[in-house]
Amino acid sequence: MISVQQLSGGYDGKKVVDDLSFSVEKGKITGIIGPNGSGKTTLMKMINGMLPFQSGEVLIKDKPISSYSAKELARIIAVLPQHAESSFDFTVREVVALGRYPFYKGLLKHSTPHDDEVVQNSMEFTGVEEFADKSILLLSGGERQRVLLAKALAQEPEILLLDEPTNHLDLAYQMKLMDLLKDWVEGCQLTVVAILHDLNIASLYCDQVLLLDKGKMKAIGKPGDIMDSRMLQSVYKTNLSRQEHPQKAKPLIALVPRQQDERKDLSEIVLEATPETMIFRSPFSLKTMSSALIGGGYQWANTFVNRHVNKNYNVDDAQKEFEDYLFSISLNPNDTVGMMTAARLQDAGMVSVEEKGVKLLVASTVGTGNAVDAGRSWERKDQPMPIGTINIWIFMEGKLTDEGFVQAMMTATEAKAGALRDYGIKDPVTGTPATGTSTDSVCIAATQNGEEMRYAGTITPAGKAIGKAVYQTVGTAIENYRKRMLQP
Amino acid sequence: MQKPSIRTYTKSKLIISYGAVLLLLCFAVALGISVGSIPIPLFHVIQILGAHIFHYPVPDNIDTSMVNIVMAIRFPRVVLAMLVGCALALSGTAFQGLLKNPLADPYTLGVSSGSALGAVIVLFFGIQLPFLGSFTLPVFSIIMGFLTLIGVIYFARLVQQNLSVETIILAGVLCSSFLGAVTSLLIALTGDELRQIIGWLLGSVSMRGWAYVELIAPFLIAGLLILLASARELNALSFGQQDARSIGVDVKKHTGLVLFGASLLTGSAVAVSGTIGFVGLVIPHMARMIWGVDHRHLLPLSMMLGGVFMVLVDLLARTIISPTELPIGVLTAIIGSPIFAVIFIRYRRKKVTT
Repeated sequence: MISVQQLSGGYDGKKVVDDLSFSVEKGKITGIIGPNGSGKTTLMKMINGMLPFQSGEVLIKDKPISSYSAKELARIIAVLPQHAESSFDFTVREVVALGRYPFYKGLLKHSTPHDDEVVQNSMEFTGVEEFADKSILLLSGGERQRVLLAKALAQEPEILLLDEPTNHLDLAYQMKLMDLLKDWVEGCQLTVVAILHDLNIASLYCDQVLLLDKGKMKAIGKPGDIMDSRMLQSVYKTNLSRQEHPQKAKPLIALVPRQQDERKDLSEIVLEATPETMIFRSPFSLKTMSSALIGGGYQWANTFVNRHVNKNYNVDDAQKEFEDYLFSISLNPNDTVGMMTAARLQDAGMVSVEEKGVKLLVASTVGTGNAVDAGRSWERKDQPMPIGTINIWIFMEGKLTDEGFVQAMMTATEAKAGALRDYGIKDPVTGTPATGTSTDSVCIAATQNGEEMRYAGTITPAGKAIGKAVYQTVGTAIENYRKRMLQP
Repeated sequence: MQKPSIRTYTKSKLIISYGAVLLLLCFAVALGISVGSIPIPLFHVIQILGAHIFHYPVPDNIDTSMVNIVMAIRFPRVVLAMLVGCALALSGTAFQGLLKNPLADPYTLGVSSGSALGAVIVLFFGIQLPFLGSFTLPVFSIIMGFLTLIGVIYFARLVQQNLSVETIILAGVLCSSFLGAVTSLLIALTGDELRQIIGWLLGSVSMRGWAYVELIAPFLIAGLLILLASARELNALSFGQQDARSIGVDVKKHTGLVLFGASLLTGSAVAVSGTIGFVGLVIPHMARMIWGVDHRHLLPLSMMLGGVFMVLVDLLARTIISPTELPIGVLTAIIGSPIFAVIFIRYRRKKVTT
């Protein structure tokens, strides 16, 4: 649809855009991103014929852009400007009707019924029809933007160029506008090229993203390839971190504010223990990955609750009940990771490790009434289970990557299985050594400061420390339980 | 701000609008002829005019001296006032639309001063160009006005690329002062004809006769047609050149056409009546408030409203301290300046809030 070939250009003989080549396919949304002054708007102006270029060529539908008259071009390309201001109060309908200008014929430029119909349709499509006879000066920023979109649509273009379309719009309008565009791209095979400031909008809505840096093309490709934190950091000179969208197969970019690396020392974590709860309180937040009932998955937390419940505890909505419980003891569930267990808390094993630069605090509570061999659990029939849970809490100093978290989790689980095997805990159904129980939880909490730890596999220093500490604490907990059972 | 309810141009509303303004115009003309040092009954005025237009004899009960006053003195004067008002209002509307500037008019842009200098040069040096004859004066005025306009816009662009409202007006004021000074210099050098030229500079439509009507009429018609042919483009241009370009407007061509048309109008108006300010500022505003912004109708409606306004102001100018006549430009400035101030304040406030 659009083919840009070795394009260079700028103002007053200066090159703002330098030797760009890329093409845009029909029916796709292409986003142009890049820092201020990277040449986004200049490039846009050259694509829509507003600015003559110094060298190179822009082909629109395989013909050089210079071979089109202004009117011919306007029938193919419509532009949604960042802001169009008029000092006069045109009505919404008059503004939208301007979009029909390239179709008027003759000296008098009369409008036909078809023109009126297109104007009406585009007003309805963008939802501005209800204020068709209102002055545009009386509309809000979001409404005005939609009016301008309606005007662009009235041009019945094949290509729509947008310059920061979501600027000045609140969150809901940004989404609405982009959703509207997406519908239209899919419904009418429209081609969209948009300058976008918001990397997340670009990632979510674009089929193709062009990253500009100082007038040169840094990269072009699908959002998944362009939204690379290293590349973006080098272009934007800003601390950025890539995340995955929770529901779409698209990356998200998180800004990381500059901060003093505050001192976070595990020894500042305090344990408050009662027969009913073990509460670890930390003066700072830790990044956690856990399978806990409260605050499961990734989260930041400063309170960690291991709660003892009665064997007969049975509520429909355990999460809600747990949250209410946390409120009742003045804890905020949003800052808390919470697990439940029927095991006695006083049997808990706990250890603090500091070796080879790894600092750990690990606590485990163990109930094995419900031991399962994961490798053989498929042999079980659905039957009521006796109660029993192993909860493992691992606090560590250091900056864990996502893969580091997963490796730490694996290491902890394997160490737990090893401990169970060595203490002769068997799956009562299969008679084979148990690997855990059916309701185990693990929480890995890292301070995320200091040195980066990318690996926590079993033979890394971190992995060795985790394995040892988990093995020890699970073992201690089992021993404590057995000792208590022997007592009269 | 409460908006008038007549916002869109449905057919019936259009007919009513045009009909009303036309009626108002006829009434103003008749009133302008009727009132004066020798009052002539309105009914007689209509009879005399009717007789001349439809070529039947003037009824016997009307004195021939009265017919003479009407046909030789008052009617041409009123018609000239009307045409000047039309021309100024039209060019004001065009300037405001083109420059997206609610404060623009021939006077504030300095075009009037340029035209006036052109006219003074013709009068001072007694220039008479071959083939042009009596049209030397308006043609020279128009050319000078056009050149001034180009100069003002070029200068404003040097100061600020995007031509903000205030920059253009300041550039206009600067040019105005400079050209005004040159004009004054020329007048000072002439000595004897001083009073006459100053009177003319302040703006007047008295004692001009039909010759001056013939001088301005063709330019008014040409200017109107040129502007009407660019009416849709003016709508687009009032959102900015880039925006207009993106919907397919040939910006260069139409900007040139509008500037040329508006200069024709301003130059010819100044040539016949001197510098009359603020008509081109006030009238387009009133017209926009009543009829909206679509230039296809705003241009002709605003033009006729300008005619009405000018006839009435002229009427006021010659009756208010009769028998002495006030220069009409003085009166329009007295009426127009405060309105300019109000528009300016409102514009700035609106800009701050949006």
